[in-house]
Amino acid sequence: MLRSKASRWAAAPYLVWMCIFIVVPLAIVVWYALTDANGFFTLANLTGIGRYASVFGRSLLLAAEATVICLVLAFPVGYFLSRLRANKQHIMLMLVMLPMWMNFLLRTYAWMTLLEKNGLINKLLGLFGIGPFNMINTSGAVVLGMVYNYLPYMILPLYTAMTKIDNSVVEAAQDLGANVFQILLRVLIPLARPGIATGITMVFVPAVSTFIISRMLGGGANLLIGDLIELQFLGNSYNLNLGSAMSLVLMVIVLLCMSFTSSFDEEEMEGVM
Amino acid sequence: MKQSKRTLLSTLLCAALAVSGALPALAEDVEPIQINEDLSVSGDYDWTRFAEDHITLNVYNWGLYISDGSDESVDVLSAFEELTGIKVNYTTFDSNESLYAKMKSGGASYDVIFPSDYMVGKMIQEGMLAELDYSNIPNFSRIGEDYRGWSFDPDNAYSVPYTWGTTGIIYNTTMVEEAPTRWADLWDVEYAGNVLMFNNSRDAYAIAAKKLGRSLNPGSVDEVDLVMKELQAQKSVVQAYVMDEIFDKMEGGEAAMAPYYAGDALTMIEDNPDLAFVSPEEGVNFFVDSMCVPATSRHKEAAELFINYMCEPTVAYQNCDFIGYSTPLTEVWEMLDDDLKYSPIAYPDESVMSKAEVFVTLPDDVNAEMDAKWSEMKSYDESGSGWLVVAFLLAALAVSAFNIWRKMRKKVRDNY
Repeated sequence: MLRSKASRWAAAPYLVWMCIFIVVPLAIVVWYALTDANGFFTLANLTGIGRYASVFGRSLLLAAEATVICLVLAFPVGYFLSRLRANKQHIMLMLVMLPMWMNFLLRTYAWMTLLEKNGLINKLLGLFGIGPFNMINTSGAVVLGMVYNYLPYMILPLYTAMTKIDNSVVEAAQDLGANVFQILLRVLIPLARPGIATGITMVFVPAVSTFIISRMLGGGANLLIGDLIELQFLGNSYNLNLGSAMSLVLMVIVLLCMSFTSSFDEEEMEGVM
Repeated sequence: MKQSKRTLLSTLLCAALAVSGALPALAEDVEPIQINEDLSVSGDYDWTRFAEDHITLNVYNWGLYISDGSDESVDVLSAFEELTGIKVNYTTFDSNESLYAKMKSGGASYDVIFPSDYMVGKMIQEGMLAELDYSNIPNFSRIGEDYRGWSFDPDNAYSVPYTWGTTGIIYNTTMVEEAPTRWADLWDVEYAGNVLMFNNSRDAYAIAAKKLGRSLNPGSVDEVDLVMKELQAQKSVVQAYVMDEIFDKMEGGEAAMAPYYAGDALTMIEDNPDLAFVSPEEGVNFFVDSMCVPATSRHKEAAELFINYMCEPTVAYQNCDFIGYSTPLTEVWEMLDDDLKYSPIAYPDESVMSKAEVFVTLPDDVNAEMDAKWSEMKSYDESGSGWLVVAFLLAALAVSAFNIWRKMRKKVRDNY
């Protein structure tokens, strides 16, 4: 192990990077959020966000829906992956990561052509005389886009957490007469908690701040926080101050979410110790 | 092939130089300089005066807004580099607002930019543009009288028109019973879920304002509120708010009607003959995309030389042919094929033009209100939405309280 002084020097390049590209920009955002166009202190930007309450509400709701769906879908997959033989695990993990090799925008764009009124899905259903369904430009399509794009971020941490669960623990529970639900509730979920916490953060945070998914699949009418912030910077009014205030609120939301999930993590650590 | 072209060029250049150098008095009737088989420029202009200076011009234009050699078009930029020895660093933007944000943030320096009318006005007001020296842009005289002196830059002191166009409704003839004729048809409940709308507050506002018989440049915040109510009423009819996606959606028969720019409508009709375009009778938006030099440009004279080059008839013809927008250069219009030249879409007649209106720069408070109302309109549909934030705050409080309680419990436990 490196002596503490040496390791401090080794970390210096990243610390400098962090200061220039993370801390300073954050400070600028805070500064803009609390000043008006002339640079005077004001809280008007923050109070002005009130009129967009519904957008914030919708973002949180849709992101929460997507997170829950991801969790439910990813939990069995993570368990299944972790029980495979090592060489098979690698292949399956590759398959999980495969969609991420393609550009995010392209993947979302593909969903657009799938879900459209004259899209592939409706055409296929049309062959059997069903539909057409109105799928695109709904909030459901936005949630679908989020789930599709962020599912790997839920599977991977769950898988990592579950590889650490020894099979004998599950077997012991079975020996003691636990049924499937009891094993799930009292063994697997508590042991997979760090993975669940990381997964929730990694899905919820990008989902709540996305703007391109809602624009492409939500038809522009399902405005999310991300769209709203983009509108302040690249819209008509060029209101950096309001945009920064919105980003600040978004950051608070993200921090809250992270403190919530990390509290789960801590509890798990207690259990281990 | 390329080699021979280049030798031909250099001979011609030498010839041109010799002519212009030796016989300046005869400059009036010198032969045009042929750059390649498609492009030629006037011979009485000193194109090569920066050839030795190793200048790089940063040109910032709309995406797909120049004949750049793709799709077998003529590459006017590399021809410019060959002709003048000036390197062009060509980059693109996707909206006037992102151009403005980029300029304002001061991160990059550009030499030639292509803002639209109201953005030209805004940039002039904020002193972001350099006044042009027209002795370097003699080709300005080729620009038709109709396209000069619009209200955003009355003396054309800062801007040279590049292309112009109007907005209108593009519709699918197989999906409408009766062809639309008015903006009001975009509010027709019969086509609920089959209408697309601009996803940009200014253009969408213009349509609603015209429907109400008002100017598309609101005079007050109250007027914005009133017109935005009209857009709110349209929301149940609108399938989606989109911009470039309109191409795909209209060509694929996803929607019956959409507002869009005439130049792009021509491209869409070419791809799907079922589509048609109409200039609504309430009046349309006339827009001019212009070439300007930012005040921060370090190569202003070379930038003016570039603008002059872009106004050369053969160059402008290739651009016009490639992008499909209408040209302000009279000579270029005369070079066009008859079906485009007399196309009512690209070059609408007096009945449309007399009712056309151009965007002007709006005061900041009106702009802010327009954007605020626009996002409010788009996120309106839930009821009781105000409670969501309260609920969120309560949830946040509960989470923090829970966390504090747990920490305290842990502390108590640790103390044992």
